[in-house]
Amino acid sequence: MNAGPTLPELGPDVFEVDAESLIDETVADLREAVQQRLRKRGTVVAVSGGIDSSVVLALCVRAFGPENVLALLMPERESAAETLSLSRQVVDSVGTASVLEDVTDVLEALGCYRHRDEAFRDLIPYYGPGWRAKIVLPPIIGEDSYRVFSVVARSPGGEDVRVRVTTDALRRIVAATNFKQRIRKTIEYYHADRLDFAVAGTPNRLEYELGFFVRNGDGSADVMPIARLYKTQVYQLAAALGLPSEVRARTPTTDTYPLSQDQEEFYFALPYDAMDLALYARGNDRPPASLAAALGVSLDDAVRIYRDIDAKRRVAETLKLPPLTSAGLRALAGERS
Amino acid sequence: MAIDLEGEIQAFLRQNFPQYGGAEVDREQSFVESGVIDSLGILELVEFVEARFGFRIPDDELLPENLDSVANITRYLSVKVGVKDPV
Repeated sequence: MNAGPTLPELGPDVFEVDAESLIDETVADLREAVQQRLRKRGTVVAVSGGIDSSVVLALCVRAFGPENVLALLMPERESAAETLSLSRQVVDSVGTASVLEDVTDVLEALGCYRHRDEAFRDLIPYYGPGWRAKIVLPPIIGEDSYRVFSVVARSPGGEDVRVRVTTDALRRIVAATNFKQRIRKTIEYYHADRLDFAVAGTPNRLEYELGFFVRNGDGSADVMPIARLYKTQVYQLAAALGLPSEVRARTPTTDTYPLSQDQEEFYFALPYDAMDLALYARGNDRPPASLAAALGVSLDDAVRIYRDIDAKRRVAETLKLPPLTSAGLRALAGERS
Repeated sequence: MAIDLEGEIQAFLRQNFPQYGGAEVDREQSFVESGVIDSLGILELVEFVEARFGFRIPDDELLPENLDSVANITRYLSVKVGVKDPV
């Protein structure tokens, strides 16, 4: 009897890649996408000092040469202190031109901070000058409760207050905060248009598959070179591309809220390496028991993680829909039938 | 007058979740697993329940066994507000 192919053991080894080959392949894809399909000369890349945008920048420089890649640095008043310095290190390491566009004034004019802070104040009436806040989700491990967002606010004196959100406040907070990603994308397209470049997006596989992006914000781009790569693999490419060690050592952050927020507490529920493994396991139909063993969590936890992934994928599907025309709707119905 | 818990929940779902197309919701169907209501939708449901029945659902009671279907909510509310589950 044929027992079928032996599945690789569920662990970090499943993400091991030949980094140089993967870089060559991705560079070839970039050239095909940008030069042949989009008929552009190069790319604009928004650089945040994080691992994803740094790798995309370096890949674009390999594909088109430093003279055909523009790095955009777009901090605002709530960006982490190290965002700009790390971004500059990356730009220097790949030798491309960069433009600094501080987006604080634009965001101020649009009411981004004001609208968001009004919503924070609805939840915490004494929220005011000197306070900083973020939105967080409870942990998924060992918790059977619904994962409902809370606002964590820190007073000027350093004391934290935690309050469950209301749907109205949460929607207003997210809507106002999304100005940040959407304004940056607008600026990316300004520079892309004037240079006859394409816009390279920076979502990795976790983000793209699970919907961790803003529609018409960082979810918008002409080409997304690392959208098929797990975060673990992005780190491997970063090392092979010789990116600065400070960038490779930085904890993934949203760099979106005034109070520092990591991606785990905001969206993914697990550290990126565990989330990679969970997404891989779900995508390859591994039973929850295998994931539980690989992560050292209970079977109930693994089932909850799978359920969370399924829910996020549903959100991602709607975020990635094109504008829906009648013809498009019929095509979608055809896919379902 | 007796409160029709299930009827009120059904009406709220029909009015606020267009995915149901105005139809009666299967009382045993899991909201989350059916993909109709996400975690924000659950929060919306919690806010409705809290406003309508005048009590705060503690965080440690935000559980699927209390809230993840019409049957579960009805059962939970019948205990919390002292109305007998009609089914």
